[in-house]
Amino acid sequence: MAQTVTPSALEAPRSPRSPRSRRSTRTNYELYGWVFMRASGALLLVLIFGHLFMNLWVGEGINAIDFAFVGGKWSSPLWQTWDLLMLWLAMIHGTNGVRTIINDYAERDATRIVLKSALYLAFVVTVVLGTLVIFTFDPCPPNAPAELLASFCTA
Amino acid sequence: MPDAPAGTLYRGREGMWSWVAHRVTGFLIFFFLLVHVADTSLVRVSPEAYNAVIGTYKNPIMGLGELGLVAAIVFHAFNGIRVMLVDFWSQGTRHHRLMLWIVMGLFVVTMAAFTPRHLMNVFGGH
Repeated sequence: MAQTVTPSALEAPRSPRSPRSRRSTRTNYELYGWVFMRASGALLLVLIFGHLFMNLWVGEGINAIDFAFVGGKWSSPLWQTWDLLMLWLAMIHGTNGVRTIINDYAERDATRIVLKSALYLAFVVTVVLGTLVIFTFDPCPPNAPAELLASFCTA
Repeated sequence: MPDAPAGTLYRGREGMWSWVAHRVTGFLIFFFLLVHVADTSLVRVSPEAYNAVIGTYKNPIMGLGELGLVAAIVFHAFNGIRVMLVDFWSQGTRHHRLMLWIVMGLFVVTMAAFTPRHLMNVFGGH
């Protein structure tokens, strides 16, 4: 007969977890991250499909994209808000995804710290740069050739 | 952490491969996003600088790259919906395989619509 485990070696089912194991999961940040990936993913589907439709499908598609095209789009608060939301959500969603990938595959502590530091630096630089560009963009910069600008600049 | 033995395939099949594809596409999209914010930020330099960089997106090789990018986004988006259904729909785990084939079907339909249109814009007389 197989050797039996003495009852004292096992905790009863549904007994409270020991303080030690409870301490190892004292925050819910990973749960919030999991929920965020799903909520932001659903929003990003709408935002990015709309972005691709406007920029790659309508009219001449990619051939129509130039400075004047961006000037026309970002003169509208709708597209400013659209792109700002898309920037922030996509950057947080993507950074959290890459963070997960680093945690999965980089086994040495030092490797993980270096890769995640680079990731967070790229996040801050890209989000700050993109946000500043959207808010400080001038569709009709002075001294620029009029033929490169949106038609409303010269009207 | 012990090393995984070489040559194992976890459970394989549709569940694992869709997970791998979701990772790979997400990873690629993220790096394009970094590049895309950088190139767009040239609108703050000058109209000429922005038009020069966006001009590189209009050459045929980049046009094919954009096709790959859109394919990655479309798969990631549709499979992301499938992931949410697996997580939140009570019948999700039961139908995850069927849902992957629906994702692939929608992917094929979307790309069949987008590909000729984009290639005409990229290769059509400009």
